[in-house]
Amino acid sequence: MTAEPRSSNPFALGLLMLAGLGCLAWLALRLGDWQSPFARHYELTARFVSASGLREGAFVEIAGVRVGSVAAIAFDSARYESVVTLRLIPGFELPADAIASIRTSGLIGDKFVRITPGGAAETLPSGGEIVDTESSINIEELISKYIFESGDQ
Amino acid sequence: MVCDGRSMNPLRYLHQRIAGLGAMGLFLIHVLRVLPAPAARAGMLAKQIVHIGSRSMGLMLIAGACVGAMLSVQLFDTLTRFGSPSMLGAAVAMSLIRELGPVLAALIVLGRAGSMLTAEIAGMRASQQIDALTCMAIDPLAYLMVPRLLACVVSLPLLTALFDVAGLAGGALVSVLSFSGSASLFIDSAANGIVADDIRMGLTKSLVFAALIAWICLGKGYLGTALRGTEDVSRVSADAVVIASIAILGTDYLLSALMS
Repeated sequence: MTAEPRSSNPFALGLLMLAGLGCLAWLALRLGDWQSPFARHYELTARFVSASGLREGAFVEIAGVRVGSVAAIAFDSARYESVVTLRLIPGFELPADAIASIRTSGLIGDKFVRITPGGAAETLPSGGEIVDTESSINIEELISKYIFESGDQ
Repeated sequence: MVCDGRSMNPLRYLHQRIAGLGAMGLFLIHVLRVLPAPAARAGMLAKQIVHIGSRSMGLMLIAGACVGAMLSVQLFDTLTRFGSPSMLGAAVAMSLIRELGPVLAALIVLGRAGSMLTAEIAGMRASQQIDALTCMAIDPLAYLMVPRLLACVVSLPLLTALFDVAGLAGGALVSVLSFSGSASLFIDSAANGIVADDIRMGLTKSLVFAALIAWICLGKGYLGTALRGTEDVSRVSADAVVIASIAILGTDYLLSALMS
C-alpha cells in the first residue's frame, strides 16, 4: 500500500504538539490577556459621564502599579452614562470611597483608569460600584478653553 | 482538468472552467460528508500530522525569526519618525499575529506540504491506485483525504503559533542588538498592544487557510482523472500551488476586512 508509506514518528508528533500548543498558550495568556473562565477576579464597576478614548483592555493603576484592566465598556441608556467594568487582581478590597479617574499616560498616550484609594472603613465587595469618578479630560477642550479665554482679555 | 485552452473556443473553455470549479465544490462536499464517519483512523492522522506539521517546524522557526527581525528593523525606522519607538514590540506583534504569521506560515506549508499532497494524490491517480481502492470497496475520500485534511487543519494553527513566537523572539533580538532596547520591554509592549481579538483573528485565519490548502491541493490531485504520466502530475501540482496561493491571499483580505 503506498497510501501510507511513511513510518509514524511519535517523537516528532509530540514535539509539534508540545511546541505548538505551548506557543499558542503563551500567545493567548501572555499577549492576549485571555482569562481563564475559572480565574477569580475582583470586579468593580464605575460610571463615568464620559469614557471618551478609553478602550477595552486598557490598564488600571493603583499607586502607579498595574493591578488589572478594563473588561467592558457599556452605555447606560437610562442615565446616559458609560458603565466601565474593571477587572482587578484578587486578594484585596478597596475602601468604599475610592475614586476612579480616567487619565492619559503622557500627553497623547493611551487612556487608562487610575484608582485612588480613600480612607473609609467599609470596603467594596467584588461586583461593587465605585461611586466617585472623574471622566476623561479632553486635551483639545482644555487647549481651546485656554486659547479663547486668554483671547477675550 | 486537462485543457490547454489554446485550441478551444472560449465558450467551451469557460464551460470547462466552471465545470472544474463545480467538481472541486462537489469534492469538498463529499469529503465533508465522510469526515465524521470513520473517526479518520487515528494512526493515519498521526502520520499525516507528522508529515505535514512536524517536518515544517524548523522551517517555521527560521522563517519566523527572519520575518520578525525584518519587521523590527523596518518598523523601528517608521516608529522613530513618529516619535514612538517604544511601541516597537506592539507594532511587530500586531503585524505578525494578525497578518504575516498566518499568511506566511500558510504559504510556506503550501509550498512544502501542499505541493507534495497534490503530487502524491495525483501520482496515485495516475498509477490507478485510487481506482484500486475503490475496487476493494474502500472509500478513497475517507481513507486518503480525511486524514490529510484533518492533519492540515490541526497542524497549521500550531505552526502559525510557532512562527509568531519565533518572530517575536527575532524581533526582540534585533531590538536588543541593534537598538539597545530590552527584551522584556519589547514583550511588555507587545502584551499591551495585543488583545484577545488579535489572537482570535490569527487563529481563525490559519484554520481557514489550512482548509483551503487541503481542499485545493487534494482536490486538484484527486480530480486529475485524465492524468497519464509524470508530466501531468507536476503540472497539476504547480496548478494547485498557484490557485491555493491566490486563494489564501484573497481570503486573507476578506477575513481582514470582515474581522477588523
